[in-house]
Amino acid sequence: MGRLIYLDNAATTKTAPEVVEAMLPYFTENYGNPSSVYSFSAGNKEAISQQRDIIAEALGAKGNEIYFTAGGSESDNWALKATAEAYESKGNHIITTKIEHHAILHTAEYLEKKGFEVTYLDVDEDGKVKLDALKAAIRPTTILISVMYANNEIGTIQPIKEIGEIAHEHGILFHTDAVQAFGQVPINVDECHIDMLSASGHKLNGPKGIGFLYIRKGVKIRSFVHGGAQERKRRAGTENVPGIIGLGTAVKRAVTTMQERTAKETELRDYLIERVMKEIPYCRLNGHRTDRLPNNANFSFRFIEGESLLIMLDMKGICGSSGSACTSGSLDPSHVLLAIGLPHEIAHGSLRLTLNEEIAKEDIDYVVDNLKEIVEHLRKMSPLYEDFVKKQ
Amino acid sequence: MYTEKVMDHFQHPRNVGEIENASGVGTVGNAKCGDIMRIYLDIDDNQIIRDVKFKTFGCGAAVATSSMATELVKGKSIQEAMEVTNKAVMEALDGLPPVKVHCSLLAEEAIHAALWDYAEKHGIKIEGLEKPKSDIHEGEEEEEEEY
Repeated sequence: MGRLIYLDNAATTKTAPEVVEAMLPYFTENYGNPSSVYSFSAGNKEAISQQRDIIAEALGAKGNEIYFTAGGSESDNWALKATAEAYESKGNHIITTKIEHHAILHTAEYLEKKGFEVTYLDVDEDGKVKLDALKAAIRPTTILISVMYANNEIGTIQPIKEIGEIAHEHGILFHTDAVQAFGQVPINVDECHIDMLSASGHKLNGPKGIGFLYIRKGVKIRSFVHGGAQERKRRAGTENVPGIIGLGTAVKRAVTTMQERTAKETELRDYLIERVMKEIPYCRLNGHRTDRLPNNANFSFRFIEGESLLIMLDMKGICGSSGSACTSGSLDPSHVLLAIGLPHEIAHGSLRLTLNEEIAKEDIDYVVDNLKEIVEHLRKMSPLYEDFVKKQ
Repeated sequence: MYTEKVMDHFQHPRNVGEIENASGVGTVGNAKCGDIMRIYLDIDDNQIIRDVKFKTFGCGAAVATSSMATELVKGKSIQEAMEVTNKAVMEALDGLPPVKVHCSLLAEEAIHAALWDYAEKHGIKIEGLEKPKSDIHEGEEEEEEEY
């Protein structure tokens, strides 16, 4: 295989070699069940506890507020379903946004079928929640506000602190899906009044199949998986010890390298955005220009369709993703791009490129040079472009 | 995901372009659903398709089916072109993933739309040709719900 430029780090990341190294002994050597009595297993229990503390420290939380799950989707499901169940006597109204990940949206729709009422907040053209609209949506029966920390498609970072304050003032629980943001931006759960937070290992160079839900002490949501007494009786099942070790190692690494890594990514992201916007006509940047994840760029190229663009980039060894319908398996393009007000045909021509620390400036140049040619090639083939040119 | 033939026609699409003063032009699909196909036909007095060109906005399968459809009708009589069904296009491409079958329908519709335009302009009737639907997604059913 030739050159490979992986620009889909919002989908998943490479597991860092030191993460794999830290995990390996927990398969063939320290394989004991952490719940067992003998001393052979005691080390594993201790190792898990250490990872909990590492993660808690990264959030300004306490170790016993971190609950390991199988990943972001499970954490999101847990936060919503269990809150709904535990606080049903207080109210049946949940507020979320139109641009959440499907792990939130589909869970909210499920709860609607169970009799809960859900408000899906609109966002502005940059993808930000409007705080006035949030305040206006609050009812006496509102039990939960769930707003993602940063969007997975367009990278926009929400005013989480302000949202947390509003929730706190009204005595409403606040959950945030931080799957994309955790490890990329500093997060403090107390400063932002976050009661629950979802995160995933494989988005920050950790392994797949492991994540956690932060649950503030005092939040009375119950077990999501019934069985043994693991995770303070709130999530049964023998711990995924190698996964937990991998997650903890990845979090430690992400926290340690955050400043330097994200500074580099931000610089290259801005270089990428600048070159694309300057050199490719009829193009727009989706998401907020500055309040966005350090590694996220999302463009829409008019008159062309995203899947064609992805295949042609793939032929050049470039991995990206698109919000076009053809890549989602439905007829509609990305709900996020529609929510920020893009017409369908422009949403179909979207391209998301998400960087990592290994990407160099030459890689960005290679990508933009190829992107220019590909967009031009596809436009020459496009009846929409033909009509547009004839109307000029 | 795609066969070698689909990839070949996507990477090297045949007959891309426009025909000035074409005998018939047909455009089908809509931008909302993410695919639009336009076919230009140059038909001579003996009702033979001398030349054909296409332009497509759409996914890899949409481009490949347009390209293959133009190859299949080029040099053919109108009646022969009428026999180029979506199935024929799919078979010529060694198959399409199930979610992309509608792209081949789009190709068939685009050819029919161009022939319809030709027939209307020349005041003739082509046997078996019905007025094409402009939106091939019409009536398509929504995905089944989970839960």
